[in-house]
Amino acid sequence: MQGNIACAEGAIAAGCRFFGGYPITPSTEIAEHMALKLPKVDGVFIQMEDELASMASIIGASWTGMRSMTATSGPGFSLMMENIGFAVMTETPCVVVNIQRGGPSTGQPTMGAQGDMMQCRFGSHGDYSVIALSPASVQEMYELTAKAFNLADEFRVPVFLMSDEIVGHMRERIDIPDQVPIVQRKSLQKGTLPFHPDADLVPGFPRFGEGYGVHVTGLTHDERGYPCATSPGLHEDLVMRLVNKIESARDRIADYSITNPEAETVFVTYGPPARSVEQVVRDLGRDDIGHLRLRVVWPFPESALNLFASAKQFLVPEMNMGQVAREIERHVDQPVIPIPKLGGNLHSPDELKARLEVLR
Amino acid sequence: MRHEVRFSGFGGQGIILSAVILGRAAVMYDSLYAVQTQVYGPEARGGASMSAVIIDDEPILYPKVTTPDIFVIMSQEGFEKYGAQAPEGATMLLDSSLVHSRPQCRVIEIPATRDAKEKLGREIVANIVMLGALVSATRVVTETAIEKAILDSVPKGTESLNLKAMKRGFELARALE
Repeated sequence: MQGNIACAEGAIAAGCRFFGGYPITPSTEIAEHMALKLPKVDGVFIQMEDELASMASIIGASWTGMRSMTATSGPGFSLMMENIGFAVMTETPCVVVNIQRGGPSTGQPTMGAQGDMMQCRFGSHGDYSVIALSPASVQEMYELTAKAFNLADEFRVPVFLMSDEIVGHMRERIDIPDQVPIVQRKSLQKGTLPFHPDADLVPGFPRFGEGYGVHVTGLTHDERGYPCATSPGLHEDLVMRLVNKIESARDRIADYSITNPEAETVFVTYGPPARSVEQVVRDLGRDDIGHLRLRVVWPFPESALNLFASAKQFLVPEMNMGQVAREIERHVDQPVIPIPKLGGNLHSPDELKARLEVLR
Repeated sequence: MRHEVRFSGFGGQGIILSAVILGRAAVMYDSLYAVQTQVYGPEARGGASMSAVIIDDEPILYPKVTTPDIFVIMSQEGFEKYGAQAPEGATMLLDSSLVHSRPQCRVIEIPATRDAKEKLGREIVANIVMLGALVSATRVVTETAIEKAILDSVPKGTESLNLKAMKRGFELARALE
C-alpha cells in the first residue's frame, strides 16, 4: 500500500468523517482516496476553493463533533497558517497532514523534504503549542494518522502529521489492525462555562447542535467565549493555558524508540532519515552508536535526550538545514552536529557511515 | 536475501505498475518484505521513467535502492539514464526490440514490445511480458505470486490477455536458459 493511501485509511479507521482539501503534489492521493472512500461511510468530502477555505472547513466540521482532516504540502501549508492559529485559539480538534516537499515557495513539488518542521511549530502568529507526528514508514502513516485524531480530541488542538514525499509515495507492506484505539473527545459538563478548563487544562467540548449557544472567536475570550481583548491578565492566562495544556503533557504525548542508550555517539531522527540510521546501526553491528527515533517531534520530548547518559555528541540528519538540531541544542550541553540534506534525496547509509568515520 | 530491482523505460509503458505488481507479489503472495519507490517528476511523462523495488526476507530499513542487482530496461533513453552504469555482477533484462545498447553485465534479451504486438496483438502488455521473463529468469518471486499480483492489478476484462503476456515472458526467458 502507498503511504498516502495508508494515511487516508488510518484516518477513516479512526473515525474521520470530514475531509476538506485542495489537491497539491505530493499529497493528492490522500484527497483522491478520501473522495472515493468517505461517501461509503456516510462521510463528507469537499474540495474547497483553496487552502484557506480547506482549513476553515475542517474547523467548522469539527465544531459539529466530527473528526475532520485536511492534507496539503508546503505552499498550501503556508496558506493554512492563519486558520491554524484560529484553530489553536478556539481549541478546535483537527488533523492537518503535510506531505512535505522542497521549498521555499513552489520549490520541488515532486521531491521529499522536512523543511516545514519549524513552520509547523511557529508558523502562525502569537505564542502557542501544537502536536506534530512524523512517520517513517507506510505502517506509521496509518498508525500515526489514527493517533493524531486521538491527540487532537484529547487536547483540543490541531495535530500535524508531518510526513514527506518519500514516505507519502512509497509503497510497502502494512499490517492493518482490526480496529484502532479511539479516545473520545470529552463533552462539556452541564452547568460549566464553555471555555472553563478541567484539571488537565482542557475544557469539555460543547458540540454545535447539543443545545449550547457557544460563541467561538479568535479574539481573546473569557470562559463564556465572549471577546475580552483588552484585559492583559485574561489574555496572559488564556495563552499560557493553551501552551501549558500541551507542554505539561509533554512526557505523556512523547512517542519514541531508543537504541543503544549507553552509546557516546547518538543519532536523533524523525521521518525517513530514521531508516537510514537504522540501516547504519544494523550494517555496522556496533553497540556504541545510539539512536533516538522520534515519532512525536512537537512538543519536543527533551527528557528522552537524558536517557543517553554517556552521550558525548548528538548527530541529527534532517532533510532541511538543521531545524530540529537547533531545538536539541537548547536542551543539551554536548555538541549537536546537524547533518543537513536539501534537494530531495534521503541521507544514504554510506554517507552517514562516512560521517561517523570523520568524527571518530 | 535482498534484491534490488530497477525498472526503466518511457512514460506510458507501465514501468511504475510493473514495480507495484512485483512488490505486491513479494508481499502478498510470497510473504516477503518489499518497498517500492519511483522517480516521480514531470519528465517521466514520455521521458525516461524509473521505478524500483527492494525485496527482502527481513524488514527493509533504508527504503531507497543503492546498488540494484536486477535491471529491467525497456527504452534506449532508460538504458542510458538508469542502466548503463549497471555493476558487472548484475542481471539485466532488456527489451531488445527497443534498446540497441548492451551493458557489461549479464544480459537477457527479451523482444517484449515486438512480441506483444505480433503474438498477442497488443503492445501495451509488453511490460507484463518483461515481468514474466524477469520472474522466470531470476526467481525473485514465485510464478504463482506474480500471476496473482498481475490479476489483482490489471483492469477488469484484460485478465486473460495479461496472463498470456506473462506466460509469453516465461517462455521467452526459458528459451534462453
